[in-house]
Amino acid sequence: MNDWFRIPSDLQNSYLGLIGLHLREAVIPVLVGLVVALPIAQLCVRLRWLYPPVLWVTTVLYAIPSLAFFVVLIDYTGQTETTVMIPLGVYSLVVFVPAIVDGVRSVPQETLDAATAMGLGPVRRYLQVQLPIAVPAIIAGLRVATVSSISLVSVGMLIGNQGALGNLLNDGQIYHQPRLIWLSVITTAVLAIVVDAVLVGVRLLLTPWMPRGTRKARPAPAEPVTEDAAR
Amino acid sequence: MIRIDSVTKRYPDGTVAVDRLSLDIPDRSITVLVGPSGCGKTTTLRMINRMVDLSEGTISLDGADITKQPVNTLRRSMGYVIQNAGLFQHRTIVDNIATVPRMLGWGKEKARARATELMERVGLDASLAKRYPYQLSGGQQQRVGVARALAADPPVLLMDEPFSAVDPVVRKGLQDELLRLQEELGKTIVFVTHDIDEAIKLGTMVAVLRTGGKLAQFAPPAELLSDPADAFVEDFLGADRGIRRLSFFSSAGLDLKTSPIVAVDSTAEQIAERTTPGVPYLLVTDLDGRPLGWSEPAALTAGSIDTARLLAYGRPFAAGKDSLRAALDGSVLSPTGWAVGVDDTGRVVGVVSQQAVGEAIRSAHAAVRPDTKAVG
Repeated sequence: MNDWFRIPSDLQNSYLGLIGLHLREAVIPVLVGLVVALPIAQLCVRLRWLYPPVLWVTTVLYAIPSLAFFVVLIDYTGQTETTVMIPLGVYSLVVFVPAIVDGVRSVPQETLDAATAMGLGPVRRYLQVQLPIAVPAIIAGLRVATVSSISLVSVGMLIGNQGALGNLLNDGQIYHQPRLIWLSVITTAVLAIVVDAVLVGVRLLLTPWMPRGTRKARPAPAEPVTEDAAR
Repeated sequence: MIRIDSVTKRYPDGTVAVDRLSLDIPDRSITVLVGPSGCGKTTTLRMINRMVDLSEGTISLDGADITKQPVNTLRRSMGYVIQNAGLFQHRTIVDNIATVPRMLGWGKEKARARATELMERVGLDASLAKRYPYQLSGGQQQRVGVARALAADPPVLLMDEPFSAVDPVVRKGLQDELLRLQEELGKTIVFVTHDIDEAIKLGTMVAVLRTGGKLAQFAPPAELLSDPADAFVEDFLGADRGIRRLSFFSSAGLDLKTSPIVAVDSTAEQIAERTTPGVPYLLVTDLDGRPLGWSEPAALTAGSIDTARLLAYGRPFAAGKDSLRAALDGSVLSPTGWAVGVDDTGRVVGVVSQQAVGEAIRSAHAAVRPDTKAVG
């Protein structure tokens, strides 16, 4: 059994070590991308004219192959994890910016009016009303960005030993060992599925206020909520 | 007092939403702004809490220009209720209501205690406190909206078509609730609606606005109904203006006849004794004195009156409490043309004919310049 998970020595890593590296290289750029996307998205919400050009820029950046990024970055950041992570972070913007903009815009006008009328300034309104209500949309974006990032990390093998499970796949081809190829592909897929499930769990924890389709209707006294049952 | 002094709102494209509007909104009463869509009523309301900036004129609150104080301080001193409530969907009911107190720096416990107290006040079950807005019906959400606006006990309440999105039965309940609350709290309420019936029911004063943001008439509702300023107001008031005006006359002055009433177990002598000259019918009541129906005296079988054969008695009115409109309605609904007056417990006090109601209406019109509040 253990033979299955034996890793060629040129990778200088254990199986679990590869998984850890893969996750780190996939998740950190997405989180950084999220932090960068939040203010950009808020600007796009406030200045409507800014949104189309920003969207255009993120799409163009997404169209640049990671190899091209590597060629440029390698002079500055070398054959490091950072070189792998920068393009992944940039790619995540194409998902995050529209997700956050749509999420923030989905806040009903009357909710915003109510907040304004209660004397919430723009900062409070953003932090206490718009952002929390945009959480489901943001997490939906986070799921797409993370899963796509997990699959893209493998490209890091192009600049040496930075592709984690990608290098494992590469080794499988070099040494003609289908076991390594299967191990790499299946592990990557399982990682993506598990991380996605964790994010769904996070969303459920953060949004107890969302109607849940599957949960049974809880009738309020006197005026039962029957719509849920009918769905 | 909120004084709106020749206020104009002009948008950059030149559209005039409100045109030199002047209104003195009295304290501790409900002032309704009513008019067709595009008449600037919501714009006017929003200029009071500066969600819309006025172009010309001044609005002052207790003599102080509203533009002279920090905007968020101003807004926190005015509760705001809107259509569909605009609740924070991500917060529980109790936290929604506690929003403004929390912002004003109240402790969490104090704010929640206040919120719980308000829930009771607006008729919400305390068990809803931890629910989220999606779990509540539209009517309940609107009650939360009112509670949230009242949370920091602001002297002024601005209400922008708050009850327009709920069904008529719930709306009537919310309106009655608002009148009851207002009796307890005595807020200065500015209420915007496009529904003239709602305006007449709720308003102490009603401002009718016409398209283009011009004031057509500012008067108590009874005066609006009796003396509409022009054809526009008359048209906006709609049909049945005369009938609706009867809501402002009490039924207390009606001459109720107590004689033509018999209990269901009456003997032949009692029936004969109760039969009244000029009244072709007898009202049969149950043993508690609640109405069962009308009958011609000759058709009654002494001792055991067959209640299935009685004529319907229409809808009884609360004698002395309901308006002449209710009394007239009762007499029109009854096939005999007689209305039944009852007391609080539903027992018959007396009966009155359409003719008598008509006379009461004529004398009421003759006697008063109607400046009284609506009854019932």
